[in-house]
Amino acid sequence: MATATDVNTGETGTPVAAEAHIEVRDMTMAYGARVIQNHLSFQVNRGDIFVIMGGSGCGKSTLLKHMLGLIAPARGDILYSGQSFTRADDASRDAMRQSWGITYQSGGLFSAMTLGENVSLPLQLYTNYNKTEIAEVVSYKLSLVGLGGYESYFPSEVSGGMRKRAALSRAIALDPDILFFDEPSAGLDPISSRLLDELIVQLKESIGATVVMVTHELPSIFGIANNSVYLDANTKTMIAYGDPKQLRDHSDQAVVRQFLAREAAAPGETEQ
Amino acid sequence: MSQHAPRFQLNDESPQTATLLLSGDWVQGQPAADFNELRAELIAASPEALAVDGGELGRWDSLLVAFLLQCYNHCRAEGIEFSERQLPHSASSLLRLATTVPPHKRPSEATPALLARLNPVRTVRKALGEIAGSLGFLGDLAIALFRLTLGKANTRFSDFRDFCFQAGPNAFAIISLTSVLVGMILAYLGAVQLKMFGAEIYVANLVLIGMLREMGVLMTAVVMAGRTGAAYAAQLGTMQTNEEIDAITTMGVSPMEFLVVPRVLALLVMLPLLTIYADLLGVLGGAIVAGGMGITMLQYLSQIEDAMSMTHFFVGLSKSLVFAVLIAVAGCRSGIQSGRGSAAVGNAATEAVVTALIYLIVADAAINILYQQLQI
Repeated sequence: MATATDVNTGETGTPVAAEAHIEVRDMTMAYGARVIQNHLSFQVNRGDIFVIMGGSGCGKSTLLKHMLGLIAPARGDILYSGQSFTRADDASRDAMRQSWGITYQSGGLFSAMTLGENVSLPLQLYTNYNKTEIAEVVSYKLSLVGLGGYESYFPSEVSGGMRKRAALSRAIALDPDILFFDEPSAGLDPISSRLLDELIVQLKESIGATVVMVTHELPSIFGIANNSVYLDANTKTMIAYGDPKQLRDHSDQAVVRQFLAREAAAPGETEQ
Repeated sequence: MSQHAPRFQLNDESPQTATLLLSGDWVQGQPAADFNELRAELIAASPEALAVDGGELGRWDSLLVAFLLQCYNHCRAEGIEFSERQLPHSASSLLRLATTVPPHKRPSEATPALLARLNPVRTVRKALGEIAGSLGFLGDLAIALFRLTLGKANTRFSDFRDFCFQAGPNAFAIISLTSVLVGMILAYLGAVQLKMFGAEIYVANLVLIGMLREMGVLMTAVVMAGRTGAAYAAQLGTMQTNEEIDAITTMGVSPMEFLVVPRVLALLVMLPLLTIYADLLGVLGGAIVAGGMGITMLQYLSQIEDAMSMTHFFVGLSKSLVFAVLIAVAGCRSGIQSGRGSAAVGNAATEAVVTALIYLIVADAAINILYQQLQI
């Protein structure tokens, strides 16, 4: 199995010769007749920390929802470990989903359940652990994100950063192969978001997962990502693909360099 | 400090260039300058370039920049070259900021004319779509219930138990109040008419049959539609907003099995029980009125015993099962299909109650006709 360090980046910043974990093939996303993005083709290698970037409203979260199978693509295909997700039947989809861990933008914690119940739900559904074992694993998974002892709290009783971490704890409950994050550090202060980034890297390395993340936090992008795709709202397609540090310095697209260097675009190039 | 009304003057500097001289105080409280006047003048003069001169401007606020922006947009649309001289520095930079991004043109959607909107074909098609959607939801629910009987569904018993508690015991107070009052109303209604024939004692029959076959179950269902149906829609709508339903789906769990089935089952168990309770209290309410008319409790009860038939009881009970499914389906479907945001959750709750009430009335009428034909 390839790990993050095996990913070589070529001169163009495009990763080469690594095992594809997720593959998006010529996908078009649309809400009815309104096309959001066209011709999306990229691959996420095993062990990557892959970032989906782009300005507000370009369809980053929509792309994530397509990858999660919450929205069906208008055209094209998504493959996980070489197996088509779009064309799979419900049973094999659910099987594929069991190897995913997802944290949503708003956390997606079940508000009617305590943090402990939230983390235990996937364990109850998909493992043969007995009650005592589940309680132990839940307390261990919550401790991993620094929330040991918070089992009996409801999501509404803890802070935003703690909710995000609790959601992460639920996402890693089943030791997933792929971790998806929708804007993990949105709404967090700089220190919390830095800590969350470090937590993501540590967890990813210890469970050997691939990470796919929607974000536009530059510190996160440069701090932990090793591959990325940039979606452009004007041309309605991806205009850059590769290591974000390479793209910042060498991308042939001015918009991408400006985005990554946090520069204002010249008038006329601004997103509408 | 005295103020001067805002003024503009269009001068022809040369045949190609016009100057717009701005003067006075362009502030709130002054009669505003009308851009339409300027537009008319500009169209008449049709210059190739326009220079805005702010040399004689007094005080100014947003009104000035708003005027200049209209001016700028007009010039751009007409291909007139726009320039400025002696504008206050901050006004000119505000104008630049406002014109950096050209105004967005909303793609024109053909808004149907009023007549088209009232088009009966359209309305009927929409209603049919709504019914088809509900039937589809009912079908999915049937599949989920079937999987539950096979033991394959991801439905948690603890959820079912909690919903039973919310829908049942928590509703006792309001059901007690409404059913006693409905029993009394039925009794009063009959008493006045029956007195004319000296047949007051038949008030007992009227109350019993009325409660058992119709009012007990219908009033309970109406209360539960407002109480539990709306709650279901609001809960599921909030879960939709909160991405909880996405989280359930991507855990490989069917929201139908996990969220809808326990709610439907809870109502399916609780509504018949509440109906029996309402029937009892309704008859009690009738007894109070009968007592006031000089009928003793013993007379009333023995008359009730005579009139009692299990058929009436089961008619009401069978209705309650149908109503339970209708209320739960209307509530859950509105909630699951809710948009995201607090307004959408409110709409979902409203829609749930309105849909449930329509379903209830239509189903009640249909069942009554059916039983009439079957002579039950």
